[in-house]
Amino acid sequence: MNKSLATKKLELVCPAGTPASLRAAVDAGADTVYLGFRDETNARNFPGLNFSRKELADGVAYAHDHNAKVLVAINTFPKAGNPESWHDAVRDAEAVDADAVILADIGLLAYTAEHHPELRRHLSVQASASNTEAIRFYAREFDVKRVVLPRVLTVEEIAALNADVPVETEVFVFGGLCVMAEGRCSLSSYVTGQSPNMNGVCSPASHVHYEEIDGQLVSKLGDFTINSFGEDEAAGYPTLCKGRFSVEGSVSYLFEDPTSLNAITMLDALMKAGVTALKIEGRQRGRAYVTQVVSAFRKAVDAASRGEALPDLDMSLLTEGGQETTGAYQKTWR
Amino acid sequence: MPTKRRGGKGEIMTAKLTLGPVLFNWSAERWRDFYFEITDEAPVEVVYLGEVVCSKRLPFYAEHILEVAERLTAAGKEVVFSSLALVMNNRELEGVSELAEQADSLVEANDLSAISYLSGEPHIVGPYISTYNEGTANFFAERGAKRIVLPPELAARTIGELAKTGVDLEGQVFGRLPLAISARCYHARSRNLHKDNCQFVCGEDLDGMKLTTVDGKDFLAVNGTQTLSHNYCNLAGELSTLRELGVSHFRLSPQAIDMVAVAECFRALLDDKFDASEATARLSDLVDDVPFADGFFHDQAGVDWTPAEL
Repeated sequence: MNKSLATKKLELVCPAGTPASLRAAVDAGADTVYLGFRDETNARNFPGLNFSRKELADGVAYAHDHNAKVLVAINTFPKAGNPESWHDAVRDAEAVDADAVILADIGLLAYTAEHHPELRRHLSVQASASNTEAIRFYAREFDVKRVVLPRVLTVEEIAALNADVPVETEVFVFGGLCVMAEGRCSLSSYVTGQSPNMNGVCSPASHVHYEEIDGQLVSKLGDFTINSFGEDEAAGYPTLCKGRFSVEGSVSYLFEDPTSLNAITMLDALMKAGVTALKIEGRQRGRAYVTQVVSAFRKAVDAASRGEALPDLDMSLLTEGGQETTGAYQKTWR
Repeated sequence: MPTKRRGGKGEIMTAKLTLGPVLFNWSAERWRDFYFEITDEAPVEVVYLGEVVCSKRLPFYAEHILEVAERLTAAGKEVVFSSLALVMNNRELEGVSELAEQADSLVEANDLSAISYLSGEPHIVGPYISTYNEGTANFFAERGAKRIVLPPELAARTIGELAKTGVDLEGQVFGRLPLAISARCYHARSRNLHKDNCQFVCGEDLDGMKLTTVDGKDFLAVNGTQTLSHNYCNLAGELSTLRELGVSHFRLSPQAIDMVAVAECFRALLDDKFDASEATARLSDLVDDVPFADGFFHDQAGVDWTPAEL
């Protein structure tokens, strides 16, 4: 185990929802970009996003020309009896010289380890490997080289875990925040029939609608009201777990406030905790957003690697509703 | 690869009723007495015991587990010990490891650490493991899985494909559906408490805490770190289809209602003494008219209720 990683510069892994975002991320200083094919094989299967085979080949060439790596997320769970799209995605990622694939499904990991042993494998956050033994399992069975940690662990838990696993770890530092253990949530499909695991979508726009009721703007997902906004409130997208609900007569954001993860103040702690890479969420975001966030994190990571204080960076306009959280990294979040 | 083929249309396997682990924070006495009653009265063949949701709850009833397991075994029921669904630190990992090392007992793995520890031994893959396709099912079967409990969001077509692998399948047919698990405790959060000082407020809600939309529609049930459906899963109307697909074990998930009567109802259904509408009418009385759900099975929104045989 190479524990000198703790002193190594953190790798900045950035979202590329489109070829334009890929170039923007690379130009803004991304060490690595991650992306997916334009189908159900990845967990951001949104209209107008993702890459054709040709676009991926061009994107890989652009990234490699600029010393950046490309990771292909194939992180939904293959349909029973019909795994071909997922097998094709793995084959095509290798064919265009992607640097690694990000996988979640055990059957697909087994397939890839057997048929594409030279293709580097990362474990998706959707696999929810939240402890040392689970991570050792994926390393032992499928020779996974890196694990994206679920957003449930404190920095102390991450440090303890890194001291005890034979693989690199990657953690989310910015963007949308799942409050449930990833890859194990059926809330979206309970309401809409479509889930991150099976369809690559959560709270899909096809099931969202807004209604004006008694001066309130009501947002609905399927048949359920997720939020209700007064005239003085900005209406947000009705992501199920970020809704306002009532328990015992009291209305609150019970699961999570309409907030975004921003751990930019914790880069030093995460570096000392032994993580290898930092991940920015947001393949559904536009090119301008990617440029701003990646530029800010590029400066912050460089400063952290020199032992310098965090430069003054205001990113509040980039976070959902202007609210930020450091999420599970601090124990009080629980 | 397993070569035996079972299930499929026309070949009906022996059906067994199982009782899943109690998911809620019941008092130690209530927990113990519930299983004593199940031992004596409930027509179920398999009973799962243990803490799946929150490791902080286990110490309260741990002393009763062995006694309950012995009684169940003496009554001829198969006992399975269920492991924690979300394992986040070494203390919790030690608990999983100890469970896996118990000789002569069958364990339901609900996290990949348990799968890792149990590899090569006979075990059961729990519903909190993402088994979505035959590739994953075959992998588990090759490493000792004698049965796989289906994740709740699987539809009939997927279940049929999984059955073709030959591995025994178990599906939940009754009770609130587990939809999500988190590091965060929503029971504590609802009282402005932190998880570390939660005062075990989840114990106040024997069937979970009702969560409604702001316009008053019943939606979910909060159980500490777990979120369940408000509606009760009821696949009474799909039992024969599930059997034709190749599912052999049918899980009743405990609620704070007359679970002996629930088990009798499903037993009567399996024995062709009730039809689905009679079973559902009785179940409706038992759950105090909480709505039913069967949407996942029909590849619809999970909350939907469109039974085939009513």
